[in-house]
Amino acid sequence: MTVTPNGFDLDNTGRRIVVDPVTRIEGHMRCEVNVDDQGVIRNAVSTGTMWRGLEVILKGRDPRDAWAFTERICGVCTGTHALTSVRAVEDALGITIPDNANSIRNIMQLNLQVHDHIVHFYHLHALDWVNPVNALRADPKATSELQQAVSPSHPLSSPGYFRDVQNRLKQFVESGQLGLFKNGYWDNPAYLLPPEADLMATTHYLEALDLQKDLVKIHTIFGGKNPHPNWLVGGVPCPINIDGTGAVGAINMERLNLVSSIIDMCTTFVNNVYIPDLIAIGGFYKSWLYGGGLSGQSVLAYGDIPENPNDFSAEQLHLPRGAIINGNLDEVQDVDVRDPEQIQEFVDHSWYSYGEPGKGLHPWDGVTEPKYELGPNAKGTRTHIEAVDEAAKYSWIKAPRWKGHAMEVGPLARYIVGYAKGHEDIKNQVEGLLRTMDLPVTALFSTLGRTAARALEAEYCTRLQKHFFDKLIANCRNGDTATANVEKWEPKTWPKEAKGVGMTEAPRGALGHWVHIKDARIENYQCVVPTTWNGSPRDAAGNIGAFEAALMNTRMERPDEPVEILRTLHSFDPCLACSTHVMSPDGQELTRVKVR
Amino acid sequence: MPAAPSDSVLILGIGNVLWADEGFGPRCVEALAESRTLPDCVRVLDGGTQGLYLLPFLEEAGSLLIFDAVDYGLVPGTLKIVRDAEVPAFMGAKKMSLHQTGFQDVLATAALMGRLPGRMTLIGCQPAELEDYGGGLTPTVAAMIAPALAEGVTELARWGIAVAPGRTHAPDLADPAIRRDAYEGGRPSADDACRVGDARFLPGRAG
Repeated sequence: MTVTPNGFDLDNTGRRIVVDPVTRIEGHMRCEVNVDDQGVIRNAVSTGTMWRGLEVILKGRDPRDAWAFTERICGVCTGTHALTSVRAVEDALGITIPDNANSIRNIMQLNLQVHDHIVHFYHLHALDWVNPVNALRADPKATSELQQAVSPSHPLSSPGYFRDVQNRLKQFVESGQLGLFKNGYWDNPAYLLPPEADLMATTHYLEALDLQKDLVKIHTIFGGKNPHPNWLVGGVPCPINIDGTGAVGAINMERLNLVSSIIDMCTTFVNNVYIPDLIAIGGFYKSWLYGGGLSGQSVLAYGDIPENPNDFSAEQLHLPRGAIINGNLDEVQDVDVRDPEQIQEFVDHSWYSYGEPGKGLHPWDGVTEPKYELGPNAKGTRTHIEAVDEAAKYSWIKAPRWKGHAMEVGPLARYIVGYAKGHEDIKNQVEGLLRTMDLPVTALFSTLGRTAARALEAEYCTRLQKHFFDKLIANCRNGDTATANVEKWEPKTWPKEAKGVGMTEAPRGALGHWVHIKDARIENYQCVVPTTWNGSPRDAAGNIGAFEAALMNTRMERPDEPVEILRTLHSFDPCLACSTHVMSPDGQELTRVKVR
Repeated sequence: MPAAPSDSVLILGIGNVLWADEGFGPRCVEALAESRTLPDCVRVLDGGTQGLYLLPFLEEAGSLLIFDAVDYGLVPGTLKIVRDAEVPAFMGAKKMSLHQTGFQDVLATAALMGRLPGRMTLIGCQPAELEDYGGGLTPTVAAMIAPALAEGVTELARWGIAVAPGRTHAPDLADPAIRRDAYEGGRPSADDACRVGDARFLPGRAG
């Protein structure tokens, strides 16, 4: 057994279970854990299995186009990458954006945040807690009563409504087609909801599907199209003409009214459905407080949603910035993403080489030199790994560290930073939820806490959307309709060489792009994405990463049905699609499940 | 919700343009818009690797024509067409590509909501190369764009959609910076930019 510098007791002698992807929608990851004879996870190893060379694709390209490439990195956070990219280029070239551009970008970013959180909760994560097969056993009348008890304002609550959904679900399950629900472990005792709560939540799964289609129309309005909305260095690519008419051309009042109605619609859903569901479902899992990992000790947020354009100072950001280390909530440190001593990436356990061991590089100086080699204790072959050797190189993900610390990023990190800083909205939300659920503040440091922070953040973001919408309208009514600054559009206005950084809080955590421009072309481009932080492998000192830490000490009901592993990994909303293989001690595959 | 108008058609290219032949679908719809005049009832969309974002487009469509790189286990460059119930079932049976789960889920979800398009046709091309991250289409697969479009036009004719030579204004395609010519022409050299992929999880080769 070894103890890591960040305080985890690792024991890799027990049975090894491998969680491994085969598809790569948004990235690739695999996890291996050792469980003891009680089914408790005693060692966890997170491996990024995909070469992600976006940085090198961008070399030599026009920096004004970088957003269009970065938008294609990921199947979900397209707009967030694009925003981060235009911010990085603007930072490098000293380009300022108009007030309206800041408001519109914020509305789009907040909209993506709310959309992503809703889709995550209902469509990616819910089935870790909710059992749709069990919903078939529910009594529609009792479900109706439950619905009215948890959310009196939600109109869709009649017994007939739930009976209809149940019948639809039944037909779908019995037809055996296209099993959205086919890969679950529906008789696993880890599922704790009564049938009525399962039916209510499954019904909301469907309601959320309808809602999410309308939510993204905001991106179509401001970005011209969706998926893959348009972005612009210097502002936003949509002129505004408040008094204009028609559905094409400049943004007019008619389309702004549509934006407003979408914001209202998602506010209503979050308040009447999402938050009550979180409380209702969470109430049945209050005793399942595994999965805290690094959240109780080291969390990081860059902050986002600046009140005013071109001002990213911490006190101007609605989503807080800060770093907490060693669990000291009394001290929130500021974060400077330009400081070469603060953020560094290490590759001692990653399939890259810096030429010397223990070396960390700031992203501006980042190099991406692959070195794929397996450690002496790895099982399998170079092209088909059965088990990695975590004492050696074992991941395509680099290990980013903040002042040498492994950090968790994401909604929970943002909320812990906000709570510790005394951010009024966040503190009120957190305290209110803990009071309602009768839980201590330490309950936040858990898988459930991660899921709860996401819901609270969705609610806060709907309010912020409204704020920036009102600000946009007021500014336009005052006669300022500027949406872009093209003064420095032409490369001849640029310095010969420049460096910049763009930061955002993506739905899944702190995202940074660092760009180095030389002779009007991209010389170096480095992205440190949230899943790089959370999915980080060990570093030279032996600190384990956030996924690894979060899996530690979790007890599995049935080690060959990794519901608990999925629950915790999914709670990070990781940018990956993966597939689970459960291995017996001799390395033979027992079962396999596709997970997302 | 009212039923989708039966004559509306969605032509969807899916795949990741950053992964060599994975970009077949988006490149097909780009080429289609650049070479044919399509009537107003037809929408041409680059779906990228998106999942649920594509759902509203599907629901509005009476008929769906998909271009995609599909791992059929055939000779690279082979075109294969499947229709209707075969589309999701086929996609579910084979390991395909980057966006497999995403798009399968979209179809499954549309089915769950009872809003699958009435007609669906998938024109798939067997890729030659997927591990060249940052690369464009291989010559083998690029050569199949024209035959794929011809198949697509035939299918549209079967649906009663007249297609003429010319161009179609299609705002839902990729930004010019990553259209095929700009993307492939602007690629940094192999010396400048490492092109090594991770072979272990490539579709059709894994496990």
